[in-house]
Amino acid sequence: MTLASRAVLVVEDEPQLRRVLRTLLELEKFRVFEADSAARALVEARTHKPDLLIVDLGLPDRDGSEVISGVRSWSRVPIIVLSARSDEADKVGALEAGADDYVTKPFGARELIARVQVALRHTAGAGAAGALLQIGGWRIDLTARSARDERGGELHLTPTEYRLLEVLAQHIGMVVTHRTLLQQVWGPGSAQQTHYLRVYMKQLRGKLEPDPARPRWLLTETGVGYRLAQRD
Amino acid sequence: MNDHRPDPDLLLAQVQHTEAQAARGRLTIFFGANAGVGKTYSMLEAAQRQRAQGVDVVVGYVELHGREETERLLAGLTQLPPLQMHFGGSARREFDLDAALARKPRLLLVDELAHTNLSGGDPPPRHEKRWQDIEELLDAGIDVFTTVNVQHLESLSDVVWQITGVRQLETLPDRVFDQADEVKLVDIPPDELLQRMREGRVYLPQQAQRALENFFRKGNLIALRELALRKTADRVDLAMRDYRREKSVRGSWAARERLLVAVGPDAQAEQLVRAGKRAADRLGAEWLVVFVETPRLQRLSEFERNRRIEVLRLGESLGAEAITLGGAAAGVELLAYARTRNVSRIMVGAARRPRWRRLLRRSTTDFLLDASRDIDVIVIARHGGADAAGTAVGAPDSVLAGDSGKQLWPRYLLAVLSTLVATAVCWIFYGLYPGLGQANLVMIYLLTTALVAVYGGRRAAILNSVLGVAAFDFVFVPPRFSFAVSDVQYLITFAIMLAVALIIGTLNANVRQQARIAGYRERRTTLLYEMSRQLAITRGGEAMAEVAVRHVSQVFTSRAVLLLADEQGNVVYPRAGLLDVSYTGADLGVAQWVFDHRKPAGIGTDTLSGSAGLYLPLAGGERAFGVLALLPQNPRRVTLPEQFRLLETFAAQIGLALERADFAAHAQAAEVRAESEAIRNALLASISHDLRTPLATIAAGAATLAGNLDVLSAADRGALAASVSEEAQRMSDRITTLLELVRLETGAIQPRIELYGLEDLVGTALHRLETRLRRHRVVIELPDSLPLLPIDGRLIEQVLENLLDNAGKYTPPGSLIRIRAQRLARQVEISIEDDGPGLAGADPEILFEKFQRGAPEGAVGGIGLGLAICRTILALHKGRIWAENRAPHGAALRFTLPLPANAPAMAEQRLSSEILASQ
Repeated sequence: MTLASRAVLVVEDEPQLRRVLRTLLELEKFRVFEADSAARALVEARTHKPDLLIVDLGLPDRDGSEVISGVRSWSRVPIIVLSARSDEADKVGALEAGADDYVTKPFGARELIARVQVALRHTAGAGAAGALLQIGGWRIDLTARSARDERGGELHLTPTEYRLLEVLAQHIGMVVTHRTLLQQVWGPGSAQQTHYLRVYMKQLRGKLEPDPARPRWLLTETGVGYRLAQRD
Repeated sequence: MNDHRPDPDLLLAQVQHTEAQAARGRLTIFFGANAGVGKTYSMLEAAQRQRAQGVDVVVGYVELHGREETERLLAGLTQLPPLQMHFGGSARREFDLDAALARKPRLLLVDELAHTNLSGGDPPPRHEKRWQDIEELLDAGIDVFTTVNVQHLESLSDVVWQITGVRQLETLPDRVFDQADEVKLVDIPPDELLQRMREGRVYLPQQAQRALENFFRKGNLIALRELALRKTADRVDLAMRDYRREKSVRGSWAARERLLVAVGPDAQAEQLVRAGKRAADRLGAEWLVVFVETPRLQRLSEFERNRRIEVLRLGESLGAEAITLGGAAAGVELLAYARTRNVSRIMVGAARRPRWRRLLRRSTTDFLLDASRDIDVIVIARHGGADAAGTAVGAPDSVLAGDSGKQLWPRYLLAVLSTLVATAVCWIFYGLYPGLGQANLVMIYLLTTALVAVYGGRRAAILNSVLGVAAFDFVFVPPRFSFAVSDVQYLITFAIMLAVALIIGTLNANVRQQARIAGYRERRTTLLYEMSRQLAITRGGEAMAEVAVRHVSQVFTSRAVLLLADEQGNVVYPRAGLLDVSYTGADLGVAQWVFDHRKPAGIGTDTLSGSAGLYLPLAGGERAFGVLALLPQNPRRVTLPEQFRLLETFAAQIGLALERADFAAHAQAAEVRAESEAIRNALLASISHDLRTPLATIAAGAATLAGNLDVLSAADRGALAASVSEEAQRMSDRITTLLELVRLETGAIQPRIELYGLEDLVGTALHRLETRLRRHRVVIELPDSLPLLPIDGRLIEQVLENLLDNAGKYTPPGSLIRIRAQRLARQVEISIEDDGPGLAGADPEILFEKFQRGAPEGAVGGIGLGLAICRTILALHKGRIWAENRAPHGAALRFTLPLPANAPAMAEQRLSSEILASQ
């Protein structure tokens, strides 16, 4: 982490919420810039070149996704979206437009900050989990394609399962949409075969999680995708 | 200082004005015996008095006839500019109805009630007569002053003619006069009138100068004056009777007189009708005008047929019921009908034919005089020379086409052949029995004639009788094979055979005609019944419209269309496609007028009779729904009173059917509204309570923090902040629940079905409820073989959350919560079981009603919509949810989700996926 404080651009039309977010972020030593509309957001993004964007999907002038795709056209800066609980389609749309993660309103402060940290870590290059994963009691080596526990016991994982873990590990801590997973693991034509994912995730949980019915690493984001939690 | 308070007098005037405007306008008629008595003058005087009292008076149309004194009375009155009508070059003035309606004064003066509006000019008048214009003004709530002379009254016009020898052409239906609110008689003695005439103060139109000089003889003036006085007296008498009847005790119900006026196709019919009106008025009786259509009368000339139509319509306009009967003999039919209608008097015209002809065939009048035992018969003598009436037999009415003119040649052939056959038969008999008397042979010919009369009709039978006698004479009468008529007796034979032919032929023709008419009438009634029946079982305005149009166009051989009104009250063509029998050229302007005024217009009516089509209003008891527009193939048929009545009946039926559909729609809408209302009220009550509580905490807590930040201890601050945060979360949850329910119920949510693994959803739900369930023991028993479920993941996750949340809320800490699933034949059953206290109350179903809670309100909180939402979500998935108690104690909430027929188990799917992936 660099010493210079990082800048966050908050794109939110509700002034009260903006104030709360500013307070939250400044507590964590971020510099905060504000924009209350999509148009303003694009301007501010170019002007201040923030390290992270927090974008509310319900903006007055244009859809939040437009801000995302606009920014994505010239930058890979991490973007986190704020959305209402039931808008799965909007969330998926935002993620596929280029957002990295989402937080549902009303959100807890801790959850938001955690996601912000994860997103920033990924940019810094240290985000990706690298070749080694720790899930449940298992140490997984993605390059060597092996999974072992402390006592040396081996676990057999299929090639597809390894591939799945790879993709999840690339975005560790952040949500990965069904579509991304399917396309990256099974190929571009498989975007609709959600049941593959169900089957495989269930298998993985069964193999890796201590309590498969109550997973702590391989988390489901209903209607959106999956998330590999980062636990130290 | 200007007060800005409204002037109370003005307000009162306004209120009174509005009230009065809401009612129909008052008609005041200035009535006189003659032109020149001063009706217009009196009318203007009265108008000036009204104006002095502050009433808004406008002069619509006044004929001054160049009289200065009358013109002076116009001073100060607003005048409506007259309509300039162009008659190929010259311009004539007419009353402008539309301008008057637009101006909407309190009182309008319109001279000459009986005037006929100039037609054929440009623009064409809306109504044929001025009294119709005035009726429209009255309907619009405008009071009207008008003038009329006694000779213009319809029922008196022939009396006037008798007195003066001048036929009055512009007549006014008595109904308009009788229904006027006030009639002011303007009367001057005849001598004075004559004096005025001599002084040139009475207007005489140039053309009729000579005639009117005859008209203005003293004798005439006296007689007309008496008529006018008597008419006014009758009105007073009527008013008095009504008054007395209102006040008196309802004693014995005096037997009502009923009068039947029998009219024929002759010229006396009109006179009879008017006499009937006068008699009916005197007796205060209901009256009927009846025309009997005998077979002979079915072959009337066009002129006579039109006259018949006119006579029947005249009767109706004078207040009678106009009936057309069918039958063989007029007298018999009339008497029979009179008895069924409890007629007390029959009025009939004097017999037309000379006495000697009446010996052969009794006239109707004679028949009635003889045969009516208990009914009075009044015979009206003929007055003056009737119009020359052509009684030429013309082409028969197409409706009742007889068999004349239709294929006569086969019948003549039949006649000839049968004669030949008869001759042959006789020849055989004669050959076999030479002694056979000729009387018997004649019988065979007679039999043949009778048969030909039955099957071939009258003319063929006549031919046959001639041929038969000729054949008989030629072949069998000595000298045989020659035509010497030596015996006179064969003339008698011939005469008798001819007579037989005629009698049977005529009888047969009559019977057949009657049968045809009866069949025709029955068919029409059946059609009406058919339409009514079909309308009764049809639902929806547009389907009904189609049914109606098809029936109407079939029955009346015309093109038809139903123009229904839209929300703004404008009559439009139906949105649905037009049918092959639709009338595409209907005039929407006329239709709109018909809709607004609920009166028919077009062919055969008094309004806009120049239109190509006929327009009838479609109305139920209260509202009008639209207009039926017809383009008849044969306009004349439709204008027969009977046909017109039938058409009106059809229109009435359609109107009722539309009204019924309208009521049904309203009832449904009202039900939905009532239900929404109930839900909304419950919702409001609940929101009010369940949101205000957390809101109160938040408001108080935040305010305390804001105001006392430096004074409070860190612990206190922390506690307040925490409670604000918690309550905010709680409120958020409740609002989300409410919104969820509303969106589900109104159908705003469409489930997005994808395949989900149940354990996936259970895991997420448990994750969300970590805090709530942290002190409970949760056990999960989901079989491995459970297939993927086609569901909306988020909705079912919501269900699981609600159920688990409830389980957590209503069981003490440390209780067991078990989540189970099992696969049944075509569905999966999922259960959330606990070992807490179980369900209270008798009926677990009530839990799923909105706003119910297992325990009474208390610290637990919550709106109580959670389970109702679950039920709605399950319903969307075509599943079921229910609750039951467990033994020894505890509750179980179970729900099912249907499985499609080919849901593979997870294991199989895994296998197939593996194979796919490894390739």
